[in-house]
Amino acid sequence: MLLEVENLHVRYGNVEALHGVSLMVRQGEIVAILGANGAGKTTTLSAISGLLRSSAGEIRFEGRSIHKTPAHQLVAMGIAQAPEGRRIFGTLTVQENLSLGAFTQTDRVRIAKNLQWIHELFPVLAERREQLAGTLSGGEQQMLAIGRALMAQPRILLLDEPSLGLAPLLVKTIFQTLWEISSAGVTIVLVEQNAHAALKLAHRGYVMEVGKIVLEDRAEALLANSQVRDAYLGG
Amino acid sequence: MEEFLQQLTNGLAVGGIYALIALGYTMVYGVLKLINFAHGDLFTYGAYLGLTLLTSLALTDRLGFFMGVLVLVLMVMGLVAVLGVILERAAYRPLRESPRLSAVVSALGASIFLQNTLMLIYGARFQVYPDNILPVTALDLFGLQVPVMRVLIVLASVVMMVTLYLFIQKTKIGTAIRAAAIDQGAARLMGIDVNRVILLVFLLGPALGGAAGLMVGLYYGQINFTMGWVYGMKAFTAAILGGIGNIPGAMIGGLLLGVVEAMGAAYLSIAWKDAIAFCVLILILIVRPTGLLGERVADKI
Ligand SMILES: Nc1ncnc2c1ncn2[C@@H]1O[C@H](COP(=O)(O)OP(=O)(O)OP(=O)(O)O)[C@@H](O)[C@H]1O
Ligand SMILES: [Mg+2]
Repeated sequence: MLLEVENLHVRYGNVEALHGVSLMVRQGEIVAILGANGAGKTTTLSAISGLLRSSAGEIRFEGRSIHKTPAHQLVAMGIAQAPEGRRIFGTLTVQENLSLGAFTQTDRVRIAKNLQWIHELFPVLAERREQLAGTLSGGEQQMLAIGRALMAQPRILLLDEPSLGLAPLLVKTIFQTLWEISSAGVTIVLVEQNAHAALKLAHRGYVMEVGKIVLEDRAEALLANSQVRDAYLGG
Repeated sequence: MEEFLQQLTNGLAVGGIYALIALGYTMVYGVLKLINFAHGDLFTYGAYLGLTLLTSLALTDRLGFFMGVLVLVLMVMGLVAVLGVILERAAYRPLRESPRLSAVVSALGASIFLQNTLMLIYGARFQVYPDNILPVTALDLFGLQVPVMRVLIVLASVVMMVTLYLFIQKTKIGTAIRAAAIDQGAARLMGIDVNRVILLVFLLGPALGGAAGLMVGLYYGQINFTMGWVYGMKAFTAAILGGIGNIPGAMIGGLLLGVVEAMGAAYLSIAWKDAIAFCVLILILIVRPTGLLGERVADKI
């Protein structure tokens, strides 16, 4: 098991946002996490990547307990996140953003090869190399956020709503690219509002409601599930 | 014309000093969104440590003037950098998660503490740099007689600024500092240890501020334990002028303020010298609160 989250509790001040979340991700899988606004999807991802600290429960990565490890060390261990809202460095160039993604990497040859691969996945990032990231379009910024996370050569890639605010055609392109990334051996955890697209891509999925996992199944089964259809797939 | 050029070179020397101090304010603000009010006092420590080391180690006797002063600058920078790190540990780190106002109060407290410590050690009177070991000769620059010390100060501050600029712009660590200044959380997701970035900023800023303090001692010969307040306010003005958080902005703001002040003192009234900086501050806050180089690009959300 690559990633295991067990009975995870996370609080913001006095308010508990996650009330015991458990999930697991196998090597090579694409796992979708679905849920309404405020269900706790972002909180779950941020706890895994170390941006938020858990108040109880455990997170294990390759069997090692990581819920007390600082975020910057987790990157070196192979966990990368493209966070909610993209959070690219707007006043730095596209190239500087990508280089920062490889901050923990030291092998120059591998970094260059990886950059080339990312430029193949998202050719626009090669064209816009010297442009300030803040001047990219929303879709291009999303590509940069994903490309930047990939620069860390992660074992597991955490994506928080990569389709948010993108035109349908672009969503299709991005999901196509996620499939390529997965085929290259990167495990993916995908948080999405676009449940249909996410479940089409994913192997398995979890459904969250108010800080808890309420459903877990194979993706096809969730797509066929009447509860899920009613709540997240527009009937 | 002669008078104008003299004022210009003088303004550049003083401006270089302002710029070096301003860099400390702007770097700390960039990463922590905090005005380090004790920064002016670290500058004063640079002047006092410089005086003590200069007289007690007799560096200029042993190594000659240039090597002696170079070693002195490096020692002062190193020592004040250590003070900066201690300041961060003692006054700011414990309050990292507290409301902004707590850190401001802590900064003011640290400033008072540092100032009074200095007064208790050295006394409240002006201290004087020895004038017999420093060159008083003038250099002939295309017919203009400029004091050697002035030329050295302009050169030294420019070298330090260019070095810092290249470090911030061209190196991996420098890019990490810029990233942490934009978004600490996102920087952590890149694998950047933000605590180490903060530590580095509290090494670099005070090192430059300490060097500036030493320069003031060497340039004017007289130092006082409260001088960090006036220089601090002016450098802070320079940082705002250039756009707080913006590193090239602090450099340009400092040099500009130095020149404007020198010109104002020469052509308007010497009595208004200190007021000019504050007029500039008020003007910039009204006309262009983001400073000259502030907010070049708005982030798209
Ligand atoms: N910084 C914060 N401070 C306080 N409460 C927060 C904070 N961030 C999130 N919350 C609360 O935690 C709960 C879970 O939020 P979270 O952002 O994880 O939801 P989400 O599933 O990602 O929602 P969305 O689909 O809107 O992004 C919500 O009730 C939210 O109000
Ligand atoms: Mg969210």
